[in-house]
Amino acid sequence: MFAYIVRRILATIPVMAVVALFVFSLLHLSPGDPAVIIAGDTATLDDIARIRAKLGLDQAFYIQFGTWVWGLLHGDLGISIFTNLPVSTLIAQRIEPTAALTVSTLVVSILTAIPMGVLAAWKAGSWIDRVVMVFAVLGFSVPVFVLAYLLIYFFAIYTDLLPVQGFVSIRHGLGPFLAHIAMPSLALGMVYAALIARMTRASMLDVLAQDYIRTAQAKGLSNDKVLIGHALKNAAVPIVTIIGIGVALLISGVVVTETVFAIPGLGRLTVDAILRRDYPIIQGIILIFSAAYVLINLFVDLSYTLFDPRIRY
Amino acid sequence: MTIAPTDVALPAAPRAQGRVWTYVRRHPTIAIGGTLLGLMVLMAIFAPYLGTVDPQALSPVRRLRWPSAQYWFGTDMLGRDVYSRTIYGARVSLTVGLSVALCSTVLGLAIGLVTGFSRAADAIVMRVMDGLMSIPGVLIAIALMALTRASMENVIFAITVAQVPRDTRLVRGVVLTLRELPFVEAALASGTGFFRILWRHILPNTLPPLLVQATFTAASAMIVEATLSFLGAGTPPNIPSWGNIMAEGRSLFQVAYYIVLFPGAFLSITVLAINLLGDGLRDALDPRLARRM
Repeated sequence: MFAYIVRRILATIPVMAVVALFVFSLLHLSPGDPAVIIAGDTATLDDIARIRAKLGLDQAFYIQFGTWVWGLLHGDLGISIFTNLPVSTLIAQRIEPTAALTVSTLVVSILTAIPMGVLAAWKAGSWIDRVVMVFAVLGFSVPVFVLAYLLIYFFAIYTDLLPVQGFVSIRHGLGPFLAHIAMPSLALGMVYAALIARMTRASMLDVLAQDYIRTAQAKGLSNDKVLIGHALKNAAVPIVTIIGIGVALLISGVVVTETVFAIPGLGRLTVDAILRRDYPIIQGIILIFSAAYVLINLFVDLSYTLFDPRIRY
Repeated sequence: MTIAPTDVALPAAPRAQGRVWTYVRRHPTIAIGGTLLGLMVLMAIFAPYLGTVDPQALSPVRRLRWPSAQYWFGTDMLGRDVYSRTIYGARVSLTVGLSVALCSTVLGLAIGLVTGFSRAADAIVMRVMDGLMSIPGVLIAIALMALTRASMENVIFAITVAQVPRDTRLVRGVVLTLRELPFVEAALASGTGFFRILWRHILPNTLPPLLVQATFTAASAMIVEATLSFLGAGTPPNIPSWGNIMAEGRSLFQVAYYIVLFPGAFLSITVLAINLLGDGLRDALDPRLARRM
């Protein structure tokens, strides 16, 4: 058990190394001089020279990479070209809205999707099942920003129930926080919830067909005890797996959601960085998001042992 | 490749009609998805003949007109006809979706076959793929687009790079399973050449799951393209794409939401069509999975 945890943690190191190498070498693999690309079309020769020196582009590739990784290990993500501030500072300033948005989306999606999937599997073939499946297919098909605008139209323009955009920290009161985060969370969470609901339904259908479920029902257990205690627990491994993998959808969606709702988080920072070709920021954000994704999936892997005692690696 | 089922759905000779109807009844999602997608493709091809005007034609006098008999989807802040722009926008979305599906399938197939058979290549390549797969796809595409000029080719390239690891993984998985099966061992034992085994026994078995995967790839590529264009890192502004149109309508959403909603609806319907087609194909090609999902 302990050996498994250690091995699983060590296995994330090569993955993160590949991520770092990819993020770093992108700049060098692209055709043309990276300094010229970053400087943009209106740059003078001085600008280009300044950028080249700042990024250390005048040194050998492996020295640049070594220096960069050494900095990373010390929490140094480089310096933004446009603002001249450390990337780690910029990210720290913007992380709260993004964290609030993703965590609330995660919680709301899981809490709605799993009951939906369980109900759909239990009442397979009924109208509930059909509604859930339609929701799942639509959830996959309506892009985050299209859904976001539909929500804005109904809840902010047509009915004026919720504020159109913006973000209020939870420190300024729960009410305003929830009012501002409700629509972004809904828009962002739809595709994620669709994915989880579908996987829950599929996994539950498999488990509900097993003999031990019939035994549990035959000995007179109530429906909810059978569904939650016996079926859901045994169906959990694929569900938590998809919850972990699906976080990639949340991360991709966060960038768009923050743009639509003018939320000053990491997504906005990314979009501003793209428009200004501020490459160190883009590198830093990709690293942070990928690290979060790898960590979440590490926890998912470790959680398997909670749901299924047979899993002892 | 993904468009083929529409041909089936069209009524042909009287005798074929019965068979077509049975097929449609058995796989309704293929018929619905295929027909919708077929309509979108036709719309994209015949865009100039569908009552459209030049999608780039500026007309400052007629800016921000609401949808009417003359401007079906209204006009934007530069007086361009939103209907024409939306119809022409289908070209970008469908081209990107189909190109990415094709490129990433071919690349994934090639790399997957090699890694499935060579242990040495497998160890290295799959570590790289694991790393790439832990970067959310949109971010890889954003990083690549931030470095290159906005063009449709670059968008296709950027989304393909993010997609290839998934196809590789799929092919490798199939190859690893097949390699141990008796018919492959029998072929090896009877002295069949390596490439012949690959061609006759392995390749045909990877195609059904790849076809299903390709439809979902096309759907997600269209969403990523629209996302990139929406964020200003995708198709250049001089080519109307659904993402571009929505990005331009963004700041005016409260006064002229139709600019955003029409291309958004077309994008959603097209993605829905491809997803339905993919679901149907999976059910038809893999009855074991069909019961579950």
